[in-house]
Amino acid sequence: MPTEGKAWKFGDGISTDHISSGRYFHLRSKLDELSKHTLEDARNDFAPNVQQGDFVVAGKNFGLGSSREHAPTVIKILGVGAVLAKSFARIFYRNAITIGLPVIICDTDAIKEGDVLELDLIAGKIQNKTQGTLIEFPALSEQMTAILDEGGLIPFIKKHGDLRF
Amino acid sequence: MGKTISEKIISDHAGSSVAAGETTIVRVDWAFTHDASGPLVLKQLKELGIEHVADPSKTIIFIDHAVPSPQKDLTNNQSLLRKFASQEGCHFCEAGTGICHQVMAERFASPGQIIVGTDSHTVMAGALGAFATGMGATDIAVSMALRKTWLRVPETYKIIVDGSLAEGVYSKDIILHLIGLLGADGATYKSLEFHGKAIEEMPMNERFVLSNMVVEGGAKAGLIPSDEITRSYLSSRGRDETFVPVTSDSDATFERVIEIDSSDLQPMIALPHAVDTVKPIDDIGEVKVDAVFIGSCTNARLEDLQIAAAILGGKKVAQGTRLLVTPASAEIYAKAFKNGTINTLIEAGAMITPSGCGMCFGALGGVPADGEVVLGTTNRNFQGRMGNPKAFTYLSSPAVAAATALTGRITHPKEVK
Ligand code: SF4
Repeated sequence: MPTEGKAWKFGDGISTDHISSGRYFHLRSKLDELSKHTLEDARNDFAPNVQQGDFVVAGKNFGLGSSREHAPTVIKILGVGAVLAKSFARIFYRNAITIGLPVIICDTDAIKEGDVLELDLIAGKIQNKTQGTLIEFPALSEQMTAILDEGGLIPFIKKHGDLRF
Repeated sequence: MGKTISEKIISDHAGSSVAAGETTIVRVDWAFTHDASGPLVLKQLKELGIEHVADPSKTIIFIDHAVPSPQKDLTNNQSLLRKFASQEGCHFCEAGTGICHQVMAERFASPGQIIVGTDSHTVMAGALGAFATGMGATDIAVSMALRKTWLRVPETYKIIVDGSLAEGVYSKDIILHLIGLLGADGATYKSLEFHGKAIEEMPMNERFVLSNMVVEGGAKAGLIPSDEITRSYLSSRGRDETFVPVTSDSDATFERVIEIDSSDLQPMIALPHAVDTVKPIDDIGEVKVDAVFIGSCTNARLEDLQIAAAILGGKKVAQGTRLLVTPASAEIYAKAFKNGTINTLIEAGAMITPSGCGMCFGALGGVPADGEVVLGTTNRNFQGRMGNPKAFTYLSSPAVAAATALTGRITHPKEVK
């Protein structure tokens, strides 16, 4: 099912400290509270204004740094449809799949702030409706798709009764 | 065809031969979490509907990030973890015991194992020849519940370090140089394997620094072949029997080979706000520093404190500069206390804090003021990392940190001899 939303642009090297700063450590057991500070140190207008289905659109190495799963989790809690970036840090990428947040590696240079995008995860396509352009991206691995399809690793294991591919 | 260390260890734990690029399910030797991610691990275990960990003797809980706890929500979280550990009968390392990665090295990690933890610097145990990598809370909950996880076998970069090290140059300078060379995403997803004469001669405490920081280049693991130095480290810890020789085959496939001549290196500095903005100390000009932090899982071992004490002994920290020292574990703290190192540091003007993550990630004491400059022996200098997005963090070895504390500006250790 394609999903539609607006693009919020970020630069290269957005770290897990930008996404969910260590100084809000004490809010980690209150994820709704914590999510109000999502990406605050990169753009403080993001968390208060992002709408359900919008996209985080970034440059290289998104999510570098800590293994805190809180980073993709707070992005998901805000209703973000997917994170699009030229590349991702490994742990963030894995965590996003594990919690069921789509992460897409594609060329994000041409996407502008506020562009309306339509994402078709299965077809591997993003329509930029504002610019009338199309971006294609490679499919995830079979195993990652299987996890994402179930909405994350926990629903996946519950369904299959075990961790097996 | 020959195998890399990662391919060997993962094949061993998968029960079938796998090569780079394949995805498989592996048995896990150790799964651990700490107070920063532990509460989420417990929540995910509940979510999974699995009440108990599969093997408490292979499960470890650390209280290391906020110690002593500055805030009631954090204390409440810690007490949740404490209760869970006692219910399950798993290993529990109380606040003050030390940073999880240091204690993993001291007590648990051994060559050939697979270790997963809710912390990116889990890679540090690679220095002992273990395939160790960081994951999120859900993955670790699953590893604790099922004693297995899924892995994609990484491709490997072979890093060959030859040459001796000039006076005042350490493994921290090698790894900062390498991260500068690779870039913060230059090794994303890869496993790094360290070889060469400089590595073979390197003591364990220095090897840990290399493996600890591979994640700063995006790597999934940072492996050092286990050898006589590994064996004698384990035997000094009363864990002789856990030694196995681990190395890659001579015909293993490496995606990239990087050679470093360490004789050319001088002390290296990472500039704010990126770990891969690295320059030799002579090229950074004058940088005034408000605070120096000798701590973290990267560089707060006994040898690091001794290097600092040798530089600071009988002298005073510069006026207007503060020096914080956080020994990486209680064991290190006690040894440094007993042999006079702590005393030397205190007399020079240092403040010593309990063992734990301390100032490293901004949730505890030592948070810098707006516009202040900190030099840390830590591994990360992202904006806001130390609790204030308006502060600036530089990274260096403990020797540079100590010399800098004396002068109040980033200083080559040879300048203060
Ligand atoms: S010392 Fe710093 S880098 Fe190491 S585990 Fe603690 S917070 Fe993480």
